[in-house]
Amino acid sequence: MSAAEWRNAMNAGVGRLAMGKPVKAPALQVKPHAFQSPIGLRHVVVLAFLLAFPLYATPFLTFQIGAQSLALGLVALSLTFLGGYGGMVSLAQMTVAGIAGYLVAILGASASADTSISLGWPWWLAVLAAVIVATACGAFIGWLAVRTEGIYMIMITLAVGVAFYYLCLQNYSVFNGFQGFQRVKAPTLLGLDWREPVLFYYLVLFWSLAGYLFVKYLIRAPFGVALQGIRDNPRRMNALGFHVTAHRVAAFAVAGLIAAVGGVLLVWYNGLITPNSVGTSWLINVLIIAVLGGLRHPIGPFIGAIVFVLLQTFAIDLIDRERFNLVIGAVFLAIVLFSPDGLLGLWAALKTKFSTPRGGLK
Amino acid sequence: MSRFQKWFWGLALVAPLTVFVVWGVWDNAKLFFITLLNGLTLASLYFIVASGFTLVFGLMRNVNLAHGSLYLLGGYVGYFVAEKTGYFVPALAAGFLVAALVGLLMQVAIFRFMQGEDLRQTMVTIGLSIVIADLMLWSIGATVHQMSAPDWLAGPLRDIPLITAYSKYRMALLPLGIAIGVLLWLFLNRTRVGMMIRAGVDDRAMLAATGVNVNLVFATTFAIGAGLAGFGGVIGAVELSMVPGEDVRLLLASLIVVIVGGMGSVVGAALGAVVLGVAETYGLAYAPTYSVVFTFVILVLVLAFRPRGILGQAA
Repeated sequence: MSAAEWRNAMNAGVGRLAMGKPVKAPALQVKPHAFQSPIGLRHVVVLAFLLAFPLYATPFLTFQIGAQSLALGLVALSLTFLGGYGGMVSLAQMTVAGIAGYLVAILGASASADTSISLGWPWWLAVLAAVIVATACGAFIGWLAVRTEGIYMIMITLAVGVAFYYLCLQNYSVFNGFQGFQRVKAPTLLGLDWREPVLFYYLVLFWSLAGYLFVKYLIRAPFGVALQGIRDNPRRMNALGFHVTAHRVAAFAVAGLIAAVGGVLLVWYNGLITPNSVGTSWLINVLIIAVLGGLRHPIGPFIGAIVFVLLQTFAIDLIDRERFNLVIGAVFLAIVLFSPDGLLGLWAALKTKFSTPRGGLK
Repeated sequence: MSRFQKWFWGLALVAPLTVFVVWGVWDNAKLFFITLLNGLTLASLYFIVASGFTLVFGLMRNVNLAHGSLYLLGGYVGYFVAEKTGYFVPALAAGFLVAALVGLLMQVAIFRFMQGEDLRQTMVTIGLSIVIADLMLWSIGATVHQMSAPDWLAGPLRDIPLITAYSKYRMALLPLGIAIGVLLWLFLNRTRVGMMIRAGVDDRAMLAATGVNVNLVFATTFAIGAGLAGFGGVIGAVELSMVPGEDVRLLLASLIVVIVGGMGSVVGAALGAVVLGVAETYGLAYAPTYSVVFTFVILVLVLAFRPRGILGQAA
């Protein structure tokens, strides 16, 4: 397949996302299994770079840039899985992550200013319960959202997400209102304090890699292939005997699990959770991160997250710190307007332009 | 659904509501009816804003997530015009016109070039809403801007049975909402442009084939839809207040109104607005910290039984 064809197929994919109906015949290619495909040099280089990152970076870079990008990337990965492979764009992924974060704070230990809502369960039980409940919530949101298609889904998931935000804001008996929960700390395990920048970085790196490989595996597994078939042509898959709704809800559950893990890591990273953590801007930021990187490969959200965090951290040097939203909004607009496949799409386009016709794009 | 199921679920929905109404009237009739009026007047505002949203969505399949930003923009413009001139009606007109102009610009400069790419259009509106919101925060600041009602609508309306007195301005919103609904209905059903818009909702390609300038129809609709958001903003600047964050609130309201009522239908928007407005105010009055839960339950119930909204039809 030539690069131009590939791009056309991807663009058609975006159109398909939108209309819920295929424009062209589905162009699903099943590549060799992820673990069967050879490990290229770039994989080794990137992995080595990530593993060695804390050795030459300052703790600030390790923690603020490294850990934060990876944790945000993990949450955005759940959206990439849903949107890129399931054809369903959900804006409620940060809500699922937020539910996990809130549950860690409520069930486990935290310190809020004047109330003591936290139940003080052992951390492993709180985290386990948080991940399970948040995954269930993700599946429930999916069950609601898959009743409609395409563009409606964005509206419904956004409505659910914003409703949860207002619930957290208004409710004091469970969610502690505007203040939320402070000092939600990563635990001390094996005598190591996992909130230490370097250790925390490796913790997040481990789970990000796990999430990445999990998605990589899943999209070549029968479930993932069926899901992509449903994305391309739900009616045909239905005729083939696949339960379309069940696959879609299951995809939401999987995405919920990934987002929940990301949410736990995020609450440990921030050390606190407030309604703002699940506010509209964060719901949308997850979409921005996923789209910025590109929805067509599970590495996309991590690239998007790195760019996002770098912009967030260093926008202060470019222009006023307060104007971060303007910068990120403009970047997002530019990407959506000029390169709908995100930075990965931009990279692919550049590669095509400057590569000799010999290789082409695979 | 079988007949039994219909009766069962109907009863399951109606019975608790009836119990609540009887209890509410018996317990504190004044509070109950004031809340009802508050709910209906809030619904009126929701309807004005959401009807613009649903109009644009119905014709162009464009989910304009910058609708809330247009609402806020209209509110600010109205506030400053009212401050300068001292009159309310010019403020309303200015709010409508500025928002309509921005909407027109969005359609002509951007959305015209991505016809049929729904998801991309939606993402562009998300980007635009972030940029517009931040520009407004930059230039106007985060302080609360609240307009006072014009003199002829200021003060309370006295001597109403049961509730004794009620704000004149809020009371006036009720006929205003109805008037706008009727005007919109007349416009869509009795004028030539309205006919074209309805034809476009049903079949865009066929409308273009009959020689109608579809781009012009689209631009008009987008301008009216955006203008309604701005118009609602000026009204909201008095009834609520203008502050960053309100855009999200009204966007959420618009979303829920059209999801509950049925997307692309103006009558559905009216129905959804009444359901949402009344549920929200009763929630705030009777169970303040859980009021948004009622909204959510309504959303879930509607999606469970009528996935396309109460009056929605298959796309």
